[in-house]
Amino acid sequence: MNFEATPTAPASISPHRRPRWIREAFPPALLIGFVVLSWQVVAERSGLPAFILPSPAQVWRAGWETRDLLGPAIGTTMLETAVGLVIALLLAVAIAAMMDFSPFLRRALYPILVASQTVQILAIAPLLIIWFGFGLLPKVIIVVLVCFFPMAVSTTDGLTSADPDLIALLRSMGATRAQVWRIVRLPAALPSFFSGLRVAVTYSVVGATIGEWVGGSAGLGLYMLRSKNALATDQVFVAMLITTLLSIGLFVLVYLIERAALPWYYSAQRAEQWEETGIY
Amino acid sequence: MTAPRLELRHVSKSFHDNGLVVKALEDVSLHVMPGEFVTIIGPSGSGKSTLFNLIVGLLEPDAGEIRLDGRAYRNRTGRVAYMPQRDLLLPWRSVLDNVILPLELRGVPRSEAYRQAREMLPLFGLEGFEEAYPTALSGGMRQRAALLRTILTERETLLLDEPFGALDALTRRELQDWLLGVWSRFRQTVVFITHDVEEALYLGDRVIVLSARPGRVVRTLTVDLPRPRRRGLITLPEFGRQEAILLEALGISV
Ligand SMILES: Nc1ncnc2c1ncn2[C@@H]1O[C@H](COP(=O)(O)OP(=O)(O)O)[C@@H](O)[C@H]1O
Ligand SMILES: [Mg+2]
Repeated sequence: MNFEATPTAPASISPHRRPRWIREAFPPALLIGFVVLSWQVVAERSGLPAFILPSPAQVWRAGWETRDLLGPAIGTTMLETAVGLVIALLLAVAIAAMMDFSPFLRRALYPILVASQTVQILAIAPLLIIWFGFGLLPKVIIVVLVCFFPMAVSTTDGLTSADPDLIALLRSMGATRAQVWRIVRLPAALPSFFSGLRVAVTYSVVGATIGEWVGGSAGLGLYMLRSKNALATDQVFVAMLITTLLSIGLFVLVYLIERAALPWYYSAQRAEQWEETGIY
Repeated sequence: MTAPRLELRHVSKSFHDNGLVVKALEDVSLHVMPGEFVTIIGPSGSGKSTLFNLIVGLLEPDAGEIRLDGRAYRNRTGRVAYMPQRDLLLPWRSVLDNVILPLELRGVPRSEAYRQAREMLPLFGLEGFEEAYPTALSGGMRQRAALLRTILTERETLLLDEPFGALDALTRRELQDWLLGVWSRFRQTVVFITHDVEEALYLGDRVIVLSARPGRVVRTLTVDLPRPRRRGLITLPEFGRQEAILLEALGISV
């Protein structure tokens, strides 16, 4: 049999000039380096006092000197974040599945979902402290509140994004509703689910620190609050930077999981198409 | 006399679209005998895909009756093998996992399903691509994968909706001959939709011509060409004569 020119085996995608992660990491690294350097120069030359504008070197020193405080603070904040994220994730997927299953539930829940996102965290946080004390629980609730919505909405959208023709094909083969769900709708929803998760994790650490700021007995938020009250601006910067790094770390973690879980979505070929069209 | 494998009696179907009524099919009657290769040709929008959706059981006719092996089933889905116009491979599944889909739905154990599929891969020119995702395949390969999936439904009747419609002329001819080869091996009943007169004649035992919307059967032609079909047939005067009959039925002057 002699078919049309077959494409080369999928494994042999043309190699790139440089590894991709270097090409990806180089521009932001360059920009960050430039910003830090300028910041250092401005802080030194302007003569502003350190409690208004500490230099990067001073921030670094402040972090190092308070490392005994920072370690447990990071641990507390990460624990709240992790517990909150897991609960938010389970809740979001369960609610998305329920809304997908019943149009009645969808109509009932959707407005409440939206409302949960518009709730003023700064207003509700003190209330949660009053109700649930200074421990883990109120912070976890805040993390759940900020993370739940993006995941629930994107998962719901993802479940309805499956190609109707694919569903019709399965039905033509005599597939049951459960089979259609498992074989088509669930896998089709995964890319949106993950983009919701990526958004959620970037909010999560900030959510936890807000809870600690408003009423915490530990954590990065409390460290930040005490530093601010002591006019230790350099330490405030330390806490800010660590919060940011933790958020970025979570984001990267989710991205890596996503890449491993959805190889078909991130096939080398698609990445190349994006690059060609300039989207990537 | 044996019963037709598939029979449509006075089938009509309309769609309601924003208060507008679109008549897709009007009083269509036709039958297909066991082992027959019937091609259906008609202009775009003449209700060809609708016809298949009705036979498969995804739609119900407004009037008329559809019989499979002499029986009018209440729920017909899962009784014939259907290959839609688009290949509709699951993008998140490898070729192998795509083609075993009908076996999986029937509860065939995975190892057994893989074994059956692997046996067929060479015939479908997919050997070495079982682990590839559909995005890595050429158009012709995707069509062959979709066809293998259809064959693995192991139904007596295959409904193929313009399977080669989106392919370039060369690939299309290769696949036509290849399909005839596969068919001569399995001898299933095939109903093949096309909008290409040459394809309809070259492949079919019988050609059914549908009119423009609403689709009605305007002509049935029993093809007078020997099997196995060979490319050279296309140049014969009989071929041209029958082509002219079909074109005329389609309202295209020659
Ligand atoms: N689900 C649908 N809803 C509304 N109109 C439809 C639907 N499916 C098909 N039609 C209409 O019915 C007619 C026949 O469509 P189709 O069967 O796809 O034709 P063909 O396959 O011959 O090109 C077209 O006018 C199309 O717009
Ligand atoms: Mg069609």
